[in-house]
Amino acid sequence: MNRIENRFKELKSKRQKALVAFITAGDPDMETTERVFGVLEKNGADLVEIGVPFTDPLADGPVILQSALRSLDAGTTLEKIIKLVGDIRKKSQLPIVLMSSYNPIFVYGDKRFIDDALEAGVDGAIIPDLPPEEGKDLAAYAQEKEFSMIYLLAPTSTPKRVERVLKQSDGFIYYISITGVTGVRSSLAEGIEEKVAKIREKAELPVLIGFGISDQEQAKKAAEISDGVIVGSALVKTIQENPDPQTCDEKVGALIADLKNGVMEASPKPSFFQRIFGF
Amino acid sequence: MTQVKVPDELGHFGAFGGKYVIETLMPALDELEKVYLEAREDPKFNERLKYYLEKYVGRPSPLYFAENLTRKLGGAKIYLKREDLNHTGAHKINNTIASALLTLRMGKKRVIAETGAGQHGVATATAAALFGLECEVFMGAVDTKRQALNVFRMELLGAKVTAVESGTQTLKEATSEAIRNWITTVESTHYIIGSVVGPHPYPMMVRDFQKIIGEEAKKQIMEAEGRLPDACVACVGGGSNAMGLFYPFIEDEGVRLIGVEAAGHGVDTDKHGATLSKGSPGVLHGMKTYLLHDSDGQISEAHSISAGLDYPGVGCEHSYLHDIKRAEYVSVTDAEALEGFKLLSREEGLIPALESAHAISYVEKLAPKMKPDQILVVCLSGRGDKDVNQVADRMGANL
Repeated sequence: MNRIENRFKELKSKRQKALVAFITAGDPDMETTERVFGVLEKNGADLVEIGVPFTDPLADGPVILQSALRSLDAGTTLEKIIKLVGDIRKKSQLPIVLMSSYNPIFVYGDKRFIDDALEAGVDGAIIPDLPPEEGKDLAAYAQEKEFSMIYLLAPTSTPKRVERVLKQSDGFIYYISITGVTGVRSSLAEGIEEKVAKIREKAELPVLIGFGISDQEQAKKAAEISDGVIVGSALVKTIQENPDPQTCDEKVGALIADLKNGVMEASPKPSFFQRIFGF
Repeated sequence: MTQVKVPDELGHFGAFGGKYVIETLMPALDELEKVYLEAREDPKFNERLKYYLEKYVGRPSPLYFAENLTRKLGGAKIYLKREDLNHTGAHKINNTIASALLTLRMGKKRVIAETGAGQHGVATATAAALFGLECEVFMGAVDTKRQALNVFRMELLGAKVTAVESGTQTLKEATSEAIRNWITTVESTHYIIGSVVGPHPYPMMVRDFQKIIGEEAKKQIMEAEGRLPDACVACVGGGSNAMGLFYPFIEDEGVRLIGVEAAGHGVDTDKHGATLSKGSPGVLHGMKTYLLHDSDGQISEAHSISAGLDYPGVGCEHSYLHDIKRAEYVSVTDAEALEGFKLLSREEGLIPALESAHAISYVEKLAPKMKPDQILVVCLSGRGDKDVNQVADRMGANL
């Protein structure tokens, strides 16, 4: 059982919803990424997605796209990111997944990627442009090595596709909240509750909602209808806007703590028995 | 050589192709494939398409024996497939008319497109005007300046042109931005991709819409010469005119298929677009194919004097034909393409698009090495009006 499964098991026993944080590796530099990781953990992130920058990320809105381009200008590579996770692992056991477009991984080599990532302490990967139909060898090797390949579902997914993704995903299900790219939105998409409920009925894994969630209120609403939320652009933007390390850490810490409050408010209140006896 | 039927059900051309896109788009691609395969077998759809290709586009385009050029180069007989005579001045409209008809069949009201030189953008805007569809074209900011005339043309046709400011501001970014827009609007919008690139079923579908070039050429050369040509030559950026010309000849093993890529400042510099000559396999814009990218998998900037060849990827079926060695891929520099541009203008009174000038330039090298009884069919994929300002600038002419 890897760290992702452990964490979700733990959350389930405490009846808590999950808070997942996304940051781009190497924007503006690797030191910041390592430092901010600590801030995320301290303020309640249950899992961190570390973004691997790519020149042409097709599912990203302007905030994460520009962040990726800054990171590439600073010389970030997949190899350096894997090494960074190795360094983080000396201090933290928080679940970590890499989120990357497929090409950097394909060029690195599918098996080499999984071997090196696992050795450094990466628990899984989200590759948005690698649907279950493609990369079957990578998926098979990941399964053999207990490396979680997390697949996505979208508002446009047909029942047949939902079934396929549920069958193949590991760790959790990433539900894309809106028909669109990453980025801050003013409200949750219409009809999302029903769609997520249908998926949760059939899913054995936790279903998390990502894309467009940026504040406490949205986090609460999304967490109420799912098993947790994923926040990306809002964090990336906060890091970008605060080049001074101390201010950056304070702002990121405050944002993630706010989001955590939203997620906790959405978690069912423990009953009298649970409070007294812990079950 | 065993020719396996490509693509397979998942859109793979051997090791290439496929569907490398985010889940949001997967259902739309499945639907598009289903609708296309039905339309392909529907006589009514085909009749309607044929009607517009004949009466509106002006097909069949002639296969013209370029007697002066043949005499000048002193070798193989050179035939030009005159796609430059199509309405809007290039082969792109073969695909956009068919795609607009598919859009209507899907009940969608809006189309989007990416464009480099502006030819595909104009062809899409034209089809959209004809069939009453809303149209938005994504174009790199650099290209909107290189091809200002085509921007105006698209706007005249009622399309909205969105200049893409990120990254290299050329065809690669325009394509990325069009895909991002499609992710957001997929339920109401059809994306008309301009070449044999992108996720399945696009490479297969656009090839099928363009194969009329080769089908006509084959029939026309049989009428003119009573035999198949020794070689077919076409320029390759994404490679739709080349795929269209090559496809009907693939099983005719005696016919050499030669794709001409953009060598820019030279293939040994970092300023070229010779993806098959210099690239390696990777995944971009929804397909696995040869790419220009670095050892970390980051996409490189392509370069060509012609905006239409300025692309760091290539159609996945070309990657396949390259790997099974059914087609050959060569390259021609900016300077050589300019010479081709001038040569065809002077010898035949035909001003070619800078893209097509790459094919002409290679013919300039190839034809003299061939015998006078040998035959070349060259795709003159577009006319050069759009490039006249740029060429004048390069030649130091003051307009």
